[in-house]
Amino acid sequence: MDTDKKTDWTRKDLLGLAELSKEEIELVLDTADSFKEISLRPIKKVPTLRGKTIVLFFVEPSTRTRTSFELAAKRLSADTVSISADTSSMIKGESLKDTAKNIEAMKIDVIVMRHSSSGAPHLLAKAVEASVVNAGDGCHEHPTQALLDLFTIKEKKGKISGLKVSIIGDILHSRVARSNIWGLTKLGAEVTVCGPPTLIPPGMEKFPVKVTYDIKEAIKGADVLNILRIQLERQKSNFFPSLREYAINFGIDRDKLKLAKPDVLIMHPGPINRGVEIFPEVADGPYSVILEQVTNGIAVRMAVLYLVSQERE
Amino acid sequence: MKEVILIKGGYIVDPGNGREGVFDILVEKGKIVKIEKNIKDEGHKLIDAGGKFILPGLVDMHCHLREPGREDEETLLSGSLAGIKGGVTTLCCMPNTEPAIDNQGVVEFIYLENRKIKLIDIYPVGAITKKREGKELAEIGELKKAGVIALSDDGNSVMDSEVMRRAMEYSKMFDLLVISHCEDTNLSRGGLMNEGYRASFLGLKGIPPEAETIMVARDIKLAKLTKAKLHIAHLSCKESVELIRQAKREGIKVTCETCPHYFSLTEESVLDYNTNCKVNPPLRTEEDKEAIKEGLKDGTIDVIATDHAPHADFEKDVEFSQASFGIIGLETALGIALKELVETKTINLSQLVEKMSFLPSKILGLDKGKLSVGENADLIILDLNKSWKVEKEKIVSKSKNSPFLNWTLPGVVEYVILGEKLLLDNGRLNHFE
Ligand SMILES: [Zn+2]
Ligand SMILES: [Zn+2]
Repeated sequence: MDTDKKTDWTRKDLLGLAELSKEEIELVLDTADSFKEISLRPIKKVPTLRGKTIVLFFVEPSTRTRTSFELAAKRLSADTVSISADTSSMIKGESLKDTAKNIEAMKIDVIVMRHSSSGAPHLLAKAVEASVVNAGDGCHEHPTQALLDLFTIKEKKGKISGLKVSIIGDILHSRVARSNIWGLTKLGAEVTVCGPPTLIPPGMEKFPVKVTYDIKEAIKGADVLNILRIQLERQKSNFFPSLREYAINFGIDRDKLKLAKPDVLIMHPGPINRGVEIFPEVADGPYSVILEQVTNGIAVRMAVLYLVSQERE
Repeated sequence: MKEVILIKGGYIVDPGNGREGVFDILVEKGKIVKIEKNIKDEGHKLIDAGGKFILPGLVDMHCHLREPGREDEETLLSGSLAGIKGGVTTLCCMPNTEPAIDNQGVVEFIYLENRKIKLIDIYPVGAITKKREGKELAEIGELKKAGVIALSDDGNSVMDSEVMRRAMEYSKMFDLLVISHCEDTNLSRGGLMNEGYRASFLGLKGIPPEAETIMVARDIKLAKLTKAKLHIAHLSCKESVELIRQAKREGIKVTCETCPHYFSLTEESVLDYNTNCKVNPPLRTEEDKEAIKEGLKDGTIDVIATDHAPHADFEKDVEFSQASFGIIGLETALGIALKELVETKTINLSQLVEKMSFLPSKILGLDKGKLSVGENADLIILDLNKSWKVEKEKIVSKSKNSPFLNWTLPGVVEYVILGEKLLLDNGRLNHFE
């Protein structure tokens, strides 16, 4: 590992990208770079976090993110324990804080938490001495997803500064969008968000982004399209009239993609709804880096677990 | 208590009688018998009020005591003690108890309990509709007979405009004030804080000011239609102030209140998911806060009420989305108002007394909020040269959910006298400490 980094990691927790500096984000990306190589070895394991215990506390289920964190922890030789909402006592009415205190009493080092309430990891971070890594909280942030997106863009484009990135879809409910907006703009990218007005958060004009409801405008000249998953139940709440109408207006198909730069990157945090926000010819096409995002997710999460586990002053 | 108390040399602020200046007050058997300069001391209990202010006891026309139902959060007794600490001698408790104050029995229970406690005056507000469900009118005549001072479904909004119209029409027969909790619950559904950048930043669903203003506008229209007495609770935003200003100009019978948190805090306080700033209606923007102050200044807003809403720690020490709405306010209301309104010269002390004592009395039809010879003594003595720090351990209320913890507030209430009771004596709660 490169030891003479300009920045040191001083944080107990990773709760979001809004509070991180450009240098801190770059430190994670650089660290992830050195960890990526481990995943390419025949024996994908280093002893870096031997003896540490990492709890995967997923109050809202997510097999993908949990698996990615679990592999990241295992490749660093940490022990992992999974607690999900239905196995924890939270459904019996125990409060988040009580549950956290109980987990902590088992002497663990890091808690990776996914929760459907915005701010839940912040509450946890204040309640326990262990490091807390936010694996997605409500509509707030999903920092490791944004970091792996940044990592993938940097890997493919060689840089982030000056790139035009459009985030398309349900911005209102998307923690991926929030984290991406902070990460991308701090590293100098130009961000446009696009979706129906019902799915653009109020006060968006104060975020450092451009807003458009016109999909063509969002695609034209973009270096990266980050296409968000549409939650199928949104239409029942009248955010848009039907999935069909959404697909017609905002679904990325071959025709719409013609407007983009020839070397555009197609990204998606998964899992994808084929034929809704993205069509198969685009999801599986030559510009898609969707599967590489998944691969990079492990390296980025290794970097995050490593950094928060470092002994702090 | 000694039968006779002589209060020497305090500066009286009594806008109800138009009296202001240094006077002595002689209280005998709970009645004010003299307000004059230099009353001779004849061995009475003497209170030296030199350099201090004498005000009529504060009247909080909107607060939540949790008895019956949630005595772990607040009781008539603990609420009374918290009130005394804050200079409140009269309070109106809202009907969202369990069971709700929607029948004679609960009203009688409250009066009976309070006769046992014998501290401050507590007047129950009756529900507008049965179980506060907004569907069928409660037995308003029976509630009146049992002694409710006003009607409100507070905590809930009467969403059905026809039900609200009938309630307003019907209540005229009993000369009962209808207090409206203005909230379009379709627009506010799922909302956790003010809608806008801050909510979007935190990933929390917002409540637009329109959830309030649409109902303020509706209720003004209904007040015009029915000519009933309407009072609008807890104004939080600029547009509501403007609607009421306009209505008053047109001569519609409407009064309104705001609460200390709406002129002292903004949505920015919610930063870091502080559940002690989760309140309904939500804390708004700087612009709204300034408009509330302007409304207080020009008299559009008649009353400052606390909307004291105690909640147990376990209901606040949870995820923001799970936390209960509401904050306590009985002990801090006067201090916040002094700090944010009087010290900033938005209003003067006399206007403050109007809004926290005289006008709420008048609106409720109570013969209070004044210092008059021949009437019951109901007064507080305030030392404005002192300040105090809001400390969790020292809060008298059973619940500690205050956004003002660690604030330093001006003005210490040193004496509270209500009738024959010296409730607070040189800063000490009599017989309770
Ligand atoms: Zn209310
Ligand atoms: Zn209330």
